Amino acid sequence: MPTFVRTDKCDGCKGQDKTACMYICPHDLMKLDKDGSETGHAMKSYNQEPEQCWECYSCIKICPQQAIEARPYADIVPLGASVQPLRGTDSIMWTIKFRNGTMKRFKFPIRTTPEGSIDPYGGKAAAEIGNIAKPGFFNHNEQNGYRDGNPAELIRK
Amino acid sequence: MAEFGNPEVVQEEVDILLIGGGMACCGAAYEIGPWLDAAKKEGVDIKVKLVDKAAMDRSGAVAQGLSAINTYIGSEQDPADYARMVSNDLMGITRDDLAYDLGRHVDESVHLFEEWGLPIWKTDENGERFDGSKGMTPLKDGGKPVRSGKWQIMINGESYKWIVAEAAKKALGMDNIQERIFIVKLVNDKNDKNRIAGAVGFSTREHQLVVIKAKAILLAAGGCVNIFRPRSVGEGQGRAWYPVWNAGSTYAMAAEAGAELTMMENRFVPTRFKDGYGPVGAWFLLFKSKATNAFGEVYMDRNKEMLDDYPPYGQAAVPASCLRNHLMLKEMKEGRGPIWMDTVTALANLRETLTPREVKHLEAEAWEDFLDMCIGQCGIWAGENIEPEKKNSELMPTEPYLLGSHSGCCGIWTSGPDDVGAPTEETEAGVPDHLPKGWNWGYRGMTTVSGLFTAGDGVGASGHKFSSGSHAEGRMAAKAMVKYVMDNQDYSPELDTDVDSLMEEIYRPVRNYLEHKDYTTAIDVNPNYITPRMLQFRLQKIMDEYVAGVATYYTTNEHMLNLAEQKLEMLKEDALKMRAKDLHELLRAWENYHRILTAEAHMKHIQFREESRYPGFYYRMDKNFVDEENWKCFVNSIYDKETKTYNCFKRAHVDIVDKSKLFKAGSH
Repeated sequence: MPTFVRTDKCDGCKGQDKTACMYICPHDLMKLDKDGSETGHAMKSYNQEPEQCWECYSCIKICPQQAIEARPYADIVPLGASVQPLRGTDSIMWTIKFRNGTMKRFKFPIRTTPEGSIDPYGGKAAAEIGNIAKPGFFNHNEQNGYRDGNPAELIRK
Repeated sequence: MAEFGNPEVVQEEVDILLIGGGMACCGAAYEIGPWLDAAKKEGVDIKVKLVDKAAMDRSGAVAQGLSAINTYIGSEQDPADYARMVSNDLMGITRDDLAYDLGRHVDESVHLFEEWGLPIWKTDENGERFDGSKGMTPLKDGGKPVRSGKWQIMINGESYKWIVAEAAKKALGMDNIQERIFIVKLVNDKNDKNRIAGAVGFSTREHQLVVIKAKAILLAAGGCVNIFRPRSVGEGQGRAWYPVWNAGSTYAMAAEAGAELTMMENRFVPTRFKDGYGPVGAWFLLFKSKATNAFGEVYMDRNKEMLDDYPPYGQAAVPASCLRNHLMLKEMKEGRGPIWMDTVTALANLRETLTPREVKHLEAEAWEDFLDMCIGQCGIWAGENIEPEKKNSELMPTEPYLLGSHSGCCGIWTSGPDDVGAPTEETEAGVPDHLPKGWNWGYRGMTTVSGLFTAGDGVGASGHKFSSGSHAEGRMAAKAMVKYVMDNQDYSPELDTDVDSLMEEIYRPVRNYLEHKDYTTAIDVNPNYITPRMLQFRLQKIMDEYVAGVATYYTTNEHMLNLAEQKLEMLKEDALKMRAKDLHELLRAWENYHRILTAEAHMKHIQFREESRYPGFYYRMDKNFVDEENWKCFVNSIYDKETKTYNCFKRAHVDIVDKSKLFKAGSH
């Protein structure tokens, strides 16, 4: 399902050096056509290698103009369907349109804390250098997740 | 002024370099902070840098999100149970020390994910399940997850990677992170060829060659996708099951640096929803769905006796993944396809047992399973008018994948924990003298090259780490790297290759292009160079047709492998003639070079192992059996970058936990 960029919505991220889709694409697919020489549409981005698109939707989810959509792979899928998200700060809404016109809408939580709120080491004990060669992480057991295991299971010890 | 073909050279020196931005490197970036503080108190200042070829918010295998965390031990299971499961699923040849160690650490990372904001499904005291937004008791305080299997827990994971990356970026600091830098080559030390001294790559955004010296390096750049011809070869070739950007860089760069590889013959051929490669785990384990042949017969029942051909691995309560494929392939080969996932019956059955509120959520759960991690499958359902409660979906085994963190165990031979009874000697003959004898050599997560560490898909002979385990493994490596640097304060890395030569090598595809581009009128057809895209097609054709791809129903033999060897040798020669017309294509050129080295290791290991250890994943038809007497051992290898050849050898396998426990309850 390669992504495509709608000419009526993309604003090239207002002339910034790199667009949001270029920033985020894990496979370096999105490209800003600054002078229109590659697509005929200056200052709009495009998917430069659609057959390498993993359909991860990272560009679609991040686009501030909702200018990017996906068209299911032409060599696999019958025409007419679409799957489009709207990603907020704590949930994502999906609109799914079937070839036969059936519509489905879903909303799922994506995060229980405000974006940017993570305090990585807040309230956590410092590392003790004496533990560096021992099992366990810096905040050993602070997360209640270290599983000691029954020593009798280790048959060569 | 730097321009295409004439890049600026940026050189820097750090103590620790993290290569990659996926779960493993995010784990390392998080864990390392407090240890740096602790080292500073001892008077040791350590500088760390992370480079990622993409953007950390959406890089690595979890970029799209996930609908489950597949490794969560929980308080009710023992790390030894986990090590046993890993071993049986991978046909008995795994490192118990690595799996056990991961099992005791992994839940620490899962509990952090929940603290950071990842929604984790819970069950209440009545066993009713709720999604992760409801603020129920956290796992760390005894909250009950929704188990979709013995080891898996369900999440609302669209933003899983975004959340984990936020913690990593804050922990390490953006000043110490550079995105869109593709490292393509490691450099050994001038005075010790078995030691790491640095890494070199380029920016995919600016005309910059990047040379970074480091005392310790964590190489965690994922597994390998697209070395075999995929089932879809048009637009759909991007719809790989594992992320298409995982190009084998971890294995190839480690091999060239002299690191010992292990179990590179192992592969994973996932059975997934056809064409979209949507996950089946929740369907089998949570929705209790059955897979059948065209006539509605459950092949796992119909062909049950075939499991007895592979004792004891077929006789565990859950037979090895490859054997489940083996039973399905019989149906396909004998003309009883297509294979169906019977979603209609499964959802109808569930409706009878669930509360009205749960029924309401059931359909959403089925769709979310795909929307969280494999959106393309929803496009196929919508395009083919498939509603799972009304119409069943086809299953299909994919093209082969190489990886070490999912249900596969290829990778790098890595130093394990020293407190679980792992061997300290080697009993197989033929291991090159310069390599360590036992399973631990001082630093957890270090490869056989001094200072070079790995995690996640990089660590071989373990498997089933998945997202959470890769994060935990990165954390273990980070801690060990701090110790390594503290122990090696006097070491000053010196590159064994001068920067001009590195530049020459890395920008060769650009030079090939600039020198020859005007020779023909068609930019892609030129006798003086090959495009990375065509080179990839050539690789995929060789691997598919000779090295047990889908074209031959995953079969090969000694003669086909010998042909593959000759063809791969010429392909590797021609890789020097790849062209790059821009930085994007230079990225592709180097990814494909890494793919070739990874594919070659895979082929050489299959050739060396004279049996068919993974029926259902590949068959050597000339050795179509599992030979426990001669081949219940690791196959490892070393790459000689001078002769450009792999040398394979055996290492002895030893059980560290008792495997017989697997079979007492499940044998039939």
